[in-house]
Parts: sequence; structure tokens; C-alpha cells
Amino acid sequence: MSASELTRFTLPNGLRVVLAPDPTAPVVGVSVHYDVGFRSEPEGRTGFAHLFEHLMFQGSESLEKLAHFRHVQSSGGTFNGSTHPDYTDYFMVLPSAGLERALFLEADRMRAPKLTEENLRNQVDVVKEEIRLNVLNRPYGGFPWILLPPVLYQTFPNAHNGYGDFSELEQADLDDCAQFFDTYYSPANAVLTVAGDITVDRARELIDRHFGDVPHRPAPTRPSFAEPPPTGERRGEHLDPHAPLPAVALGYRIPDPVHELDGYLANLVLAAVLAEGDGSRLQQRLLHREPMVTDIDAACGLFGPFEARDPDTFIITAVHSPEVGQPRLLAAIDEELDKLASTPPSDQELAKVTARWVAGLHREHDRIVSRTLAFGSLELLHGDPNLANELPTRISSVTPEAVAAAAKALRPDSRAVLTVTPAGGDK
Amino acid sequence: MTSFRTAAEIGRTDRGPRPLPELGEQRAATGLSSIDTMLDNGLRVIAVHQTTVPMVEVRVRIPFAGTDPMHAATAEVLAGTLLTGTARRDRVAVDTDLALVGGELDAAVDPERLSISGNALASGLDTLLDVLADALTGAIYADDEVIRERDRLVERIAVARSQPSVIAREALQRHRYGDHPFTREMPDADDVAHVNGDLVRALHRSGVLPRGSLLVLVGDVEPEEAVSRIGAALAGWTSDRSAVELPPLPEVTGGDMLFVPRPGAVQSQLRLTAEAIPRTDDRYPALQLANLVFGGFFSSRLVENIREDKGYTYHARSSLEFTPSGATLLVESDTASEVTAPALLETRYELARLGVVPPTESEVDTVRRYAVGSLLISTGSQSGLASQLAALAALGLGMDWLVAHPGRLAEVTADQIAEAALQFFSPTRYTGVVVGDETQLPYLSALGGVRSA
Repeated sequence: MSASELTRFTLPNGLRVVLAPDPTAPVVGVSVHYDVGFRSEPEGRTGFAHLFEHLMFQGSESLEKLAHFRHVQSSGGTFNGSTHPDYTDYFMVLPSAGLERALFLEADRMRAPKLTEENLRNQVDVVKEEIRLNVLNRPYGGFPWILLPPVLYQTFPNAHNGYGDFSELEQADLDDCAQFFDTYYSPANAVLTVAGDITVDRARELIDRHFGDVPHRPAPTRPSFAEPPPTGERRGEHLDPHAPLPAVALGYRIPDPVHELDGYLANLVLAAVLAEGDGSRLQQRLLHREPMVTDIDAACGLFGPFEARDPDTFIITAVHSPEVGQPRLLAAIDEELDKLASTPPSDQELAKVTARWVAGLHREHDRIVSRTLAFGSLELLHGDPNLANELPTRISSVTPEAVAAAAKALRPDSRAVLTVTPAGGDK
Repeated sequence: MTSFRTAAEIGRTDRGPRPLPELGEQRAATGLSSIDTMLDNGLRVIAVHQTTVPMVEVRVRIPFAGTDPMHAATAEVLAGTLLTGTARRDRVAVDTDLALVGGELDAAVDPERLSISGNALASGLDTLLDVLADALTGAIYADDEVIRERDRLVERIAVARSQPSVIAREALQRHRYGDHPFTREMPDADDVAHVNGDLVRALHRSGVLPRGSLLVLVGDVEPEEAVSRIGAALAGWTSDRSAVELPPLPEVTGGDMLFVPRPGAVQSQLRLTAEAIPRTDDRYPALQLANLVFGGFFSSRLVENIREDKGYTYHARSSLEFTPSGATLLVESDTASEVTAPALLETRYELARLGVVPPTESEVDTVRRYAVGSLLISTGSQSGLASQLAALAALGLGMDWLVAHPGRLAEVTADQIAEAALQFFSPTRYTGVVVGDETQLPYLSALGGVRSA
């Protein structure tokens, strides 16, 4: 990997900074990760972290509503934000002439966002449309990221719907917004990442100029979201009015991604051995040898790897024809896990996974937006942005025995089974 | 008990609002060396040296049209089984060989072309090309692979056709182009059920041809080296015939939108469309910028109106869709059911306004910089550049066009943009479809210009 030489420092107000200079293209990526995601939102306010992400784009002391978008885009740049279980990120990519402007825009909303009743109501409407588009009006909406957690987890932070309930979104008021901002959006609770066509000295000078006087507020104490793994098989069913075929999601608990990283990486490799590519175990068997499913997938994390702290989830999903009974499908999956548990995968099987991972990381690295976000989230969650450069080596050193042990830990008597049943009516 | 500031207190500081910093100096992108050439077998090859990561990206585009009623179904199964075995490799061996060089290859088909996209570690280029050549010249389409793919496809079609976006797309294609082969983006399940190995193999022989096709390779390989390795790998892929182009499309003319009922829908899909011009037209840069002002990016009139002001939608956009013989404008939004008619009203208002209240100087500056910057960003990665080149090459364009495009955008005048706005965005030029719950029909009818089937 073309390892970027990283510079890290912390401003007096507590803002952590990661700089990743890379002169190959005349563009810069700027991101801010706040250490709050939907696992932290208060009970009775489901969906609030995501709603608040929308509000952060609605203006700040120096920027009228819509000005943020216009300034980024009129600098030739693109922007977005996204809310995850454990963090919320804001990011832009611009031609490098726009660097100072990008820093100004992020600093202004970190210092003094304009939270107004009118914008709140408007964005509640926009978020409701987003939910209708992505969940309510489509087949398999929210499958499995909204539907599986309440089956696998029992505590509110882990189990609830991060998109939120319409009635709770509607109840959100400006005091909720102010309290959320003051609690979680402190510079001491954030990571700023700047990657691309920069020099360290110049970037540092601009960061001091724009973020230096954002007042310090203490970072909140981060609660533990730990809860015991399930002591049996937990089951849930979701009736989907739009789905034409039944589907199933299996959820298992996996090692702490931060404090048991090697165990976590073994699960990443396991997911690929099971379901990545035509030669993978579950694809070979369930798509080809004994065709039972239309699609099969295995993954770590509800949104992808490296984006949550403990507890995190191993997921296997399948869409299958109604003639294939779920028990037959689950028995086949369990049998494949047993085989892996008792006979570790071959060296060649792991070599395939490793080479694809290395190539995948290169491709991700090649897009400045993904590169910037990876440094930022790894600094926030792992305290180590350089992990982005070390992952190929770390993944290559996962042993067949470690993958077998990971397979052994995915036990039927400690998992969630979510069934999606087509509930007809829809053409 | 901690006390929190109020929203009003949070939104102001003692120092007050600060001025927006000016843009700094922009460094130009470094030139990339490239070759654009034709192999003896009639395959056009574009190779670009881009060394950001030690990877290579490959895009193959084979014109792949057909008028036979079974074409769409057979082509879909062909794409699904092209990479499932040759005389030298079975399905698992294909995947294993690719995986060991960090590689992947995928095939997909649409009414216009068969597309094969892939990548690998640059050190594995020869393996990637060998697997590709093996499939292009020797895919065997084993009967059991064909039958499994066929059965799986029937189920996938059922899943896809339950998506509102697919329902809207299919209705729009039929409404615009009747039964032209271009409309058959997804085959009928009944046709798919009749596909067999003989049909797929025959289609491969008659359709998977190098002459008139394209291969783009972007990555960490010198262009001369890349072209010579591609030439060597694909030397056995030959035919006297040329790949089959889609017949020209009828021009889209303005008229009533079609209402397509979807009982119980909580959201409606609005799709409006009008004839436009291709990238080779002199007016294209002006149209590109006018479209951005209208609905082509977030800071556009349409998004600021129906999303940021009214909250009718999460997703609204306007884009140019390049068809085999030209281009069309496509305006899309998904709105809450009860605001379907108001959202259509606002969309038509913005279409008309673009012509009669032309883009301001500040709007023009914004879209010009956005167009140049987003091109720089999207072509900054190997995969972005490869895909962009594959799209341009359909019109005979290549790296030269891409490199000169920022200059073209810089030269467009505000008058030319106003002219494009007037010419292409008049609401009477548009037709389209609305998919939604029937309860919305009376409001749409009252608005006019919407009919039900």
C-alpha cells in the first residue's frame, strides 16, 4: 500500500487532527467525525442522531441556510454526511484551492450552528421522505440493519431503529437539539481529517486559524453499550408488504472490534471464506450445488467493517424461494460452519481472501473520500489511523486456525434469526 | 444537573459572523500518458497510465443489440454465465485464478451493450487478461450453469419488479419508446424460462465480437506495455462481422404524463423527460451547465425548492441520459403521496422558470466551478477514470475530449446557457410518468397534462 505518512496532533480545545498528505491529484478531502451515533440517542428520541446530522447542514453563524452546499459546490466540491451506530461523519472533497474554505465551513458549524424551528420542521419532513424511500415503500426496506438488531439485542442503544419512529421524530424540539449539540458536538469529542494535496505546515496553520477558537467543552463520558450475548436462539418475524420472496438474516455476536482486533479480523476473513465470490463455501453450495437461495451474503457490521465499537454483529443474509423451507437452509449453513470449525480452511482459500482484501483496500484508498473517512473513523474508534495502512498485513496474518475458531463461535444456540415473510397485496 | 445553552445562544458568538475565505491557487492535474488504438481484430483499446495505487481497472463494452423477441432474456442469461466456465476452467477455477491476483470480473447486459468490468493487482494483469480472453473466446455455457442461472434470474426479476424505482423506469421506457428494443432493460420471466444452452451459445457466437467493441485499461502499467499485453491475450478473439448496434431511437416529444397506479403506495415516483443533445453537439457544455442550475446537483433550483424549502422529497435530481442515438433529459423525484401533485406543479414551475428567468451570474459561476471540480474528482481514481472513458468512447470520444472539457466549460457564456435553458427546459417539451396511489389521481388530473391508461 502506498502508505501515507500521517501527522497527528491535538488542538488546545481537544480537537484531534489527522493529516494525510498525498500530492498525486490536486484535490483535498476534509472530514469531521463526531463521537456520537444512533446508539447514543436518548430513549423517546429514536432517529435523533440522524435528524441532527441533517440540521448541521442548515446554516451556522456565518452561513445562511443553503450556503454550506453552495459554497462547497461553487468551489467545485462535493459533500455529504452519514450517521452510524457509534459516530456521525461530515465530509467534502474539493479541488485543493478550496481547502481553507472547507475548513472554514466545518469550523463554523462546530462553533455555532444555527438551529431553528423552521429548519427542524423542514428536515423532519425530509427525513420522513428518506425513510419512506429507503424503508417503507420498498421491498426488504431496513433489511437487515433495522430489523435484525431488536432480535439480537435487548438494550435500547443496541436494539432500536436508528432511522427513528415518525412520531418521535415529530416530537423533537429545539431544546433537544441544543442539548444534543452541547453534549456531543464538542471539539474534544471530534476528529478532523485532511487528506490529499496539502502540506503539513500550511494545513496546520489553516486549522489553527479556523478551529483554534472553537471553545473547549469537555467530551461526554462514553457509556458502555455492552450486553451479554444471547443465551439461546432468538427469533423474530417481519411481515413485508412489498417483498416477493422470503428472506432470512442470522445475527451473531463477534469479538470487540477495538480491543480484540485479531479475533475481529478472523471474522472478516471468515465472512469472505463463506460468501465472497463463486468459490466461497456458501455460494458454491447454496447457489450452485444445491440451489436454495437467490442471494447469500455474510458480513461483519450492520453497515460494513470498522464502523462500530463493541458490541458488533456478524450477519448472514439470504433471499430464497418459498419452496425452500427455512429449516433446510439454516441446517445447510450450520453444516458449513461446522465443517469450517472442525477442518480449518486451506492456505489457498485464505490466500484468495487476502489478495482480494489487499486489492479492495487499494481501490478504496484510490478514492480520496473513502481514504479520508477511513483515517478519520480509525482514529476515532481505534485511536490509530495508521491501521488503514497496516490492515493488508494484519489480514494476511490471520491463520486458518483462527478462522476455524471464529466459525466455531457462530453457534445456533446464541444467535438471532430474523424471518422476512412476504405479506402480499403488492403487485 | 447540567444546564445547556439554548439553540439561540449556540448560534451566535461574541465575534459575530466571519467572512468566507477566498479560494487559493489551483494546481492543474498532471497529464496522464495514454494510447488510443485499434487492434487487428477491430477492437478499440484505450490504455491510460495512472499510478495512484498498484491496481489495474478494465472495462469492456461490446455493442450487443438484438431485435429477436427472445434477445433480452437470452442476453441476460449469457451475461450471468459468461464467466462460469471454459474448456480450461470451471466456475470455481475462474474465481480462484482471479482471487489469487486480487481480481474480479463481472458481466452485465443492457439493451445496448454487454459490459465486462474488472480489476486486479497490477502484478496480476496477465491473469486478469487471460481469464477475460478465455471467457470471450471459449465460454462453454454448460447446460447446468445455464439452467441454474435461468431459475435464479426468474426470482431476481420478481424481486426487482417489486421495486417502485423499477416500476417507474419500465413505465417510462414504454411511454417514451413503445416497444423499441431499448425498452427491454429487464426480460420477461416467461421468456427467461425458455432460455437454454443452445440459445446462449448461439448468441455468444453471433454477438460477442471484437470489431466495433472497446476495451479500456487504466492503472499502474505503461500504456505501450498494456496495449501489447492486451493484443497478445486477445489475439484469438476474431471475427469478420461487427458487434451489433442498437437501431436509432424515436425522438421523445412532449405530451401528457401517464399515471401508473400502485395501490397503497406511501410515496410517488415522478419521472419527466425530454429530448436533448449528445456530448458531441456544440451546445452540450451550455446544456450541461443549464441542467446543473435546474436540478443537476444539490444547490440547484429544483432541490432548493422541493426539498430544502418545501420538504416534499429526499431525492430530486435532473440528469442527462445518453442514449445510443442522442440524449434525453430526465427529471426524477420521489415524494410523499399526499404532495404528489404539488411536487409536479413545482417541478413544472422550475422548468418554465429556467427559460424565462435565466441563470444568474452567480448561478453560472457556481455550476461552472462545480462541473470542472467534480470532473477532476470523479476522474481522479482509476475506477472513475476507466468508467468515464468507457462511457465517452461510445461516441468515439476519448482522453482528448476529457482533457479539453474543462476548457470548454470555461468558455461557455451566460447567454449560451440562457439559450440552452430556453430551448431544452420548456415544460411543453416534456412527457413522463407518475407512479403512485390512485387517491392522488384527481389532484393530478386537476393540474392537467396527466392521463391514466
